[in-house]
Formats: sequence, C-alpha cells, structure tokens
Amino acid sequence: MVSADNIAGIGMSAPDHAAQPQDPAPRQVPGDLPGRAQQDDLLALLMRLGDDHLILGHRLSEWCGHAPMLEEDLALPNMALDLLGTARMCYGYAAEIEGSGKTEDDYAFLRDGTAFRHILMVEQPNGDFAYTILRQFFFAAFMHPFWQEMTGLADPRLAAHAQKAVKELAYHIRHSGEWVIRLGDGTPESARRIGDALDALSPYVGELFETDSISIALTTAGVLPDMEVVQRQFDATVAQTFRAATLPDYAPEFAHSGGRRGRHTEYLGHLLAELQFMQRAYPGQSW
Amino acid sequence: MYSQGLIGADGRTAEDQDFLNRFQARIDDEQKIEPNDPMPEGYRRTLVRQIGQHAHSEIVGMLPEGNWITRAPSLRRKASLLAKVQDEGGHGLYLYSAAETLGVSREQMTEELLTGKAKYSSIFNYPTLSWADIGTIGWLVDGAAIMNQIPLCRCSYGPYARAMIRICKEESFHQRQGYEIVMKLAQGSPEQKAMAQESLDRFWQPVLMMFGPPDSESQNTDQSTRWKIKRFTNDELRQKFVDATVPQAEFLGLTIPDPDLKWNEDKQGFDFGPIDWDEFWRVVKGKGPMNRQRVEARQKAWDDGAWVREAALAHAEKRRAMAAE
Repeated sequence: MVSADNIAGIGMSAPDHAAQPQDPAPRQVPGDLPGRAQQDDLLALLMRLGDDHLILGHRLSEWCGHAPMLEEDLALPNMALDLLGTARMCYGYAAEIEGSGKTEDDYAFLRDGTAFRHILMVEQPNGDFAYTILRQFFFAAFMHPFWQEMTGLADPRLAAHAQKAVKELAYHIRHSGEWVIRLGDGTPESARRIGDALDALSPYVGELFETDSISIALTTAGVLPDMEVVQRQFDATVAQTFRAATLPDYAPEFAHSGGRRGRHTEYLGHLLAELQFMQRAYPGQSW
Repeated sequence: MYSQGLIGADGRTAEDQDFLNRFQARIDDEQKIEPNDPMPEGYRRTLVRQIGQHAHSEIVGMLPEGNWITRAPSLRRKASLLAKVQDEGGHGLYLYSAAETLGVSREQMTEELLTGKAKYSSIFNYPTLSWADIGTIGWLVDGAAIMNQIPLCRCSYGPYARAMIRICKEESFHQRQGYEIVMKLAQGSPEQKAMAQESLDRFWQPVLMMFGPPDSESQNTDQSTRWKIKRFTNDELRQKFVDATVPQAEFLGLTIPDPDLKWNEDKQGFDFGPIDWDEFWRVVKGKGPMNRQRVEARQKAWDDGAWVREAALAHAEKRRAMAAE
C-alpha cells in the first residue's frame, strides 16, 4: 500500500484516501485556505501532470532527426518542447510547495519508476508514425479541454499556465488531427497502419479519465476540472476527426490502469535509464 | 550549422565572354543576383552545390546532437538542446528553399545526399561521446560555422545571403549556449573539467578541418571569390577562427591540444601545428568514424517515412478531386 500510494521522491506520503482509487466519496476540503490534505492532493496532481508531459515529451523527442519529412523533424520536437515546458512548470511549482530545496530536476531525474505517476500510454515506445501521431492526438484531445476548464479554476498558478497551454494544445490537436485524417483517408497502407495504431492504443485511453479520491477531492475543491466535462469534449473531438479520417467509431473494450499508482509497464525502466543517465552517473553535480 | 569550405564544386562555364563580363560587372557593383536573373551555368552549379552541402550539413548535424536530447543532464539543458536541434532543421528547410530557387527540388537534393553524391560537413562524421560534446559542438563547430557564414550574408546570390542573415543570428545564440555548457563543466568538478578537456582534445583538429583544404590545394576558391560566393579563403577563415578561439579556451582554463600553438607577433595571430589532411580526405571520402551510420540513419528515416509521404499525397489528391466535383 505504501509503495503504490507514496508520492515517493517528494518526501511525503499521500493521504490515506489515495489508497482506495475506487472510493467515490469526495472529502470536504476548504476552498480558500488550502489545508495540508489539499496541499498533498495538489502535489499528487502536479506529479501526475508533470510526469505525463515529461515522459510523452521524451518519447516525442526521440523522433528528432528521424521523422518522415523535414517538416515533422521540426513539428515533433516543437510539441516535445511544449510538453517539456509544462512538465517544468509542474515540477517547479511542486518544489515551491514542498519548500525543501528541491528543484525541477530532482523530480525528473532522481525518482525511480514506481514513483512516477503518468498514465501508461505515454511511456509506450513510439512504434511507427501512425502510432506516435494517434497517441499525440488522443493526448491533445484530452489536454485541450482539460486546460480550457482549468483557466477558470481555483489554483492561480495552474490557471495562468492553462492560458498558455490552451494555445499550444490547439496547435497539437490541429497538427496531429490533420495527420490522423491524412493517414486514415490516404493509402490502403496508411489506413491499415492507423487502424493498427488504434487497436494498440485504445486500451490506454481510458486511464486519461480515471478518477480516484485525490482527483475527486481536487475537483470538489475547484482545482481540477470535472472529468465528465473533459471527456464529453474529448469524445466530440475524436468523433469528428475519426469521421473525417474514415476510421471506425472509437469504442475501447477495456482500459489498462496503474500508472497513477506507480504500476507501470516494463518500458519505463529503460526510458528512465536513458533520461536519468547523467544525474545517476555524476550525482550531485550542476550542469 | 555549416557549410565547410566547399568541396568539389565545378565552376566551369560555357557562356560567351560578353555575357560573363556583363555578369561580372553586376557582381563587382555589389548587385545581388536574384533567381530569375541571367547567370552563368557555372555560378548556378557552384551555388547549388554549396547551398546543398550547407543544407545537408544542417540535416545530418541533427543526428550527433540529437543523440543527447534524451540524456541531457537537466531539464533546462534538454529544452535548449531540443530547441537548438529544431533550429538546425529549420535552417535546412530554408536552405533547401534557397536551392529550389535555382531549380533543384528538395527530393533531388535528398537523393544526392543519400547516394553520397552530395557532401555535408565532415565534422558530423565524428561521434558525440559525452555530454561535453554538446557544449563543444556549440562553442567550436557553431563558432567555426559563424566564421564561414558571416561573410555569406554578403554573398552575391540574394536568396542565400538573406537566408544566411537569419541563420547567423541563430548560430551565434547556439555558440553562446555551447560556450556556457563548456564553461559550466570547466568550472565544475574535476571529472566535469576532464570531460570538457577530453571533448576539446577530440574535436579540435576536426573543427579546424571544417574550413576545408588549405588554399594551396583548393581549386574552387578563385572563381568563387570572383563571383563573390566566397569572400575569404579557407586559410584566412581558419586563422580568424584560431585567433578568436584561443583566448576563449584560456578563459575556460582548457588546453588546446596543439604543442605548436603560439602567438606570432609579426602576423598578429597564432601559429598552429599541422593539420592531418589525410584524415580529412579519408572522412570526406566516406571513411570517417560515422559516415556510414549518418547516411544510414537518414536513409532509414526516408524509407520508413515513405508510406507517410505517400499517404499525404494520396489524401491531398482526394481532397482536390472532391473540390473539383
């Protein structure tokens, strides 16, 4: 219980309620003077968001110099940079809240895999261009309404970041969505590949909308959007793009879960071995 | 990054003397030559080759630096490296566009890169083995590129000169960034300083080779200089680079790996030891440590991307057909 729910690496335990992800009962959290419990929840949220963005940014950056055309050699790192920017905001904010002298780099480079809180989709290897672009589309179709809702919510720091992120994500949706359409309605090979990507990715989409006592508490406190609202917009974006792409209706049969509790796939360890190499090989140095 | 001293251009041209004189008069008058202006075939061919080598260098150059994006030691360094490598791709894009104004398509140029017909800067055939190499490349490779490229901002061919102005601004930012990476290492722990020194030791000679063969062996310089494609000789640029770089290394407390390096009061510049031109020609001719891997990586990206490019074309065709209905 402790390992799965410990917000390890940030030096504190998650509140007990995190141990029961199915628990639907929202806690009452004071709105204006954030109590300790709400601060813990906020830290947990920052790790989830930060890790989603860091790990997906890492995967996207692997394309740099290897993309199908020069324009994509520019576009993919461009999106990776946006994702990295959000990850840095989250970790920087977490470090301030914790106030223990940590920096953004401590969160990225000095936690082990089971302390990471991102969804499983983002750590999956890139596969082909269809897989990468469809994953990006799903993520953007989720994050865009997420940030849109966030602009009006209670945490001023997150609300301010949301203003910027909404613009970035609108571009990510457009860019990846146009590719989903081109590939779906392109050649027989591209249609087959995007179809295969959809089969492979579908089980990883549900985790985007997963709620647990932490997220429910934050939604109740007005810090986190209502996932149902976000999901409605996600569904509409996906349906519209898939129609144009002549892809079948998106209806996943099941959803993998575990990332938010640190239960990852085998790929994460290898990704971190690369991501964290320098800080592990040369501990405590400044770069 | 960087064209190096142009390798293998053929400036021969078949126009009559009257035409060539009129063209030369425009050049001497510092007029810019624009895409639709009459120009000698040799001028066009030299430019295509030079812009092509330069564009390919930007694209191949993404590989050694991209090699460290996923392993950058801090998030700040990762963000600036990603942005830098993306800038290099952007330079490739505008250079290919500049070459297109001379009637060569990006596909043709890509094919020439992949078949080995077109060259790129020999420096990218060396591997990046440590994080310090990312600093060294910024500091020295981009630094050498700037030496080469600042004069190209005044090149007689308008589209190339204009592309160069923007590229030089970005390169000079990259150079400062690289210098700062090396400075942090040089002022860091003993093992960080050793990492910086080891990287300098490996890159110093290959960087000096970036300016191309010595003037005594370079066939293109005269014609290219008359046409104001080139404004300084390879050796002149190399000397400027050494003179600018030695004090920077001293400031960092790093040692330039050349026992013959010393200030020459008479020429008001540094004398430096011999360059291994055999190694240079080996690398240019495909036998450098990474030539094969670099071209294979580009070939793989091209081959793996073929179905994506076909899909984009097929979809565009469907759109056009629908719009026409």
